[in-house]
Amino acid sequence: MTGEELLRRAAAARARPAAFGPDLDLATFHVDERVREKAERAARERQMREAALGVGVDLAAEGRAGTFLQVDQSVVARRVGERFAGRVEVLPTLEALETPWVAERLWSLVAPDADKYTAAAALAPTGGYCLRVLPGERLEEPLQACLLIAETALSQNLHNVVVVEEGAAAHVITGCSVHRASGGLHIGVSEFFVARGASLTFTMIHRWAPGLHARPRTGVVVDDGGTYVSNYLLLGEVASLQMYPVTRLRGRDARARFQAVLCGRGDSVIDVGGRVVHEGEGSASETITRTLGADRSRTWARGQLVARTNRCRARLECRGMLVSPEASIVAIPELEADGVPQAELSHEAAISPIAEEEVAYLMARGLAREIVSLALPSPSWTTRLPMSITESPRPQSTAWKRARAPAPRSSASGYICREATSPRSR
Amino acid sequence: MGEPVLEVRDLSVSAGERPVLSGVSLSILPGEVHVLLGPNGGGKTTLLMAVMGMPGYRVTGGRVIFSGEDVTGLPADERARRGIALSFQRPPAVRGVTARTLLGEIARRRGGGPSVAELSAAVGTDALLDRDLNVGLSGGEVKRSELLQLLALDPALALFDEPESGVDLDSIAVVGAGMRRLLGREGGGSCKAALIVTHTGHILREVPADCGHVLVRGRIICRGEPRALFEDIRAHGYEGCLTCPRCSHAAVEPGREPVGKAR
Repeated sequence: MTGEELLRRAAAARARPAAFGPDLDLATFHVDERVREKAERAARERQMREAALGVGVDLAAEGRAGTFLQVDQSVVARRVGERFAGRVEVLPTLEALETPWVAERLWSLVAPDADKYTAAAALAPTGGYCLRVLPGERLEEPLQACLLIAETALSQNLHNVVVVEEGAAAHVITGCSVHRASGGLHIGVSEFFVARGASLTFTMIHRWAPGLHARPRTGVVVDDGGTYVSNYLLLGEVASLQMYPVTRLRGRDARARFQAVLCGRGDSVIDVGGRVVHEGEGSASETITRTLGADRSRTWARGQLVARTNRCRARLECRGMLVSPEASIVAIPELEADGVPQAELSHEAAISPIAEEEVAYLMARGLAREIVSLALPSPSWTTRLPMSITESPRPQSTAWKRARAPAPRSSASGYICREATSPRSR
Repeated sequence: MGEPVLEVRDLSVSAGERPVLSGVSLSILPGEVHVLLGPNGGGKTTLLMAVMGMPGYRVTGGRVIFSGEDVTGLPADERARRGIALSFQRPPAVRGVTARTLLGEIARRRGGGPSVAELSAAVGTDALLDRDLNVGLSGGEVKRSELLQLLALDPALALFDEPESGVDLDSIAVVGAGMRRLLGREGGGSCKAALIVTHTGHILREVPADCGHVLVRGRIICRGEPRALFEDIRAHGYEGCLTCPRCSHAAVEPGREPVGKAR
């Protein structure tokens, strides 16, 4: 697509509402180049590092192959670990538009005129990252990207591209959060390319604010023998979140697994789904979503499995739990097979009460209520969501180390009651 | 002796809407093992549940102080992460979560510690690891499974609710050995603090205790050397406690201190 065509299509969609979710007036958010200095100053603050850590991104970069940090509309950090130099490329999108592997892929999986949000990302881009793992490179440590909003009422319009070349493997952790900002808009266009025999695990953690709206727009394509694993975790309250990523398993024996945990808090409006299209012979996918409805949150959990080839398998599992009489959850699974009688598609959906006694028991083992609630399957579920997916991949909590100071040994026989009287006598 | 690991200060607790504990106080120093004796329905389990912060046990007065920190308002998971762990008398069946999954999660959060295999071998629970937690377990298996979890948690304060109930003598020996290991009472290492509820007193043969408390009708009415206390109760019953001049039947009357004044 030429630049001219891109702008023309985006301009035509400037006012087009999304198919799902609350419609937003984009005029209430601004794009401002002048916030750069403020963003750089904010990036030096300790609270910023804590905000990043809260969404799984360790800015100390320990145990990370590469790091990308963007605050508002400014890229404030970008580095590749020494051991990974020459194996992976990390570029800010706005600097990479002429880079061939970026230019040939940009807007190829997400249409700029899909809705007003993609249009905004095309017409007023404010950054994002491009990652490329070179052929055959299997990164032992994850890459991490942190996208923060520090300025209230800002529209952060990002475009990310991730390319995992043939035979390569990578885990990308992306954390999105706010630092000080009480509201704003986050638009994140993401295009992921998993080449033949490659593997991409993408973990995204969102921890927004009550006044923040998020509109991720994602397209994924997986080639022959490739594997895509998506882990998504929504923590905390958000004004509204709507996303519906589309994944094409176009290669033979392409695989995908989606695990999502949605914690509906406060007055959040959450509309999250996904479409998985099985085009390649032998392609297969599994989608597991856990939804917790608390407070006055309203959640729509969607999922659509599409079979375009006879030899494909896919299943979708959605479990919701309401923990508030004022919250609501709507589960909408869809299966679509047209002219492919051998395709196997299935779904299970349920909204059921929480097993309080079991939750309390596991809490006494140190697991937080939300984690336990979302990890516990009902007896009929055949798939278990690993507990680890319900928590940020953050460093070990120091709370476990507290109150464990060595104690002096007491006498083996025992009786060391302080102020104790002798045993009672009669 | 240092700061107490656990201080229960004038604690009153309701289970649901029913008042169970009234003005209970006790203090456990690092390395001490205390036992809690008392008749059925006297409030022993309620006290452990309240110290652990379990839902359904409402503190209506007093404080729970753990290692100098007031944890009265904290939920169970926060207390567990600070170093309190409870071995339940009758834990619920948790379908869909295996012991191996839970132990793996505990190890991941702690960031290390002994392997699941090593801990499991110590308490003979290999066959239970891949079964759903507490589903279809015998009495002995339940106790060993609980102990296995506590070994993985490695708490600073271990609470045991009748670790010997429903357990045959062989299993008591295994549970006792596991408890001694957990509490650092055999081999090297530091001693942990513990509060053990026991009916039969059998566990005292396996785990030497430092101090005993008698809890009757929601109040601690006596304290002393555990074995002597237990022998006394064996001879005279808990009814004897209520008429003992060193204790006080007044303990059941709110607002009055027991005559045999507890620490």
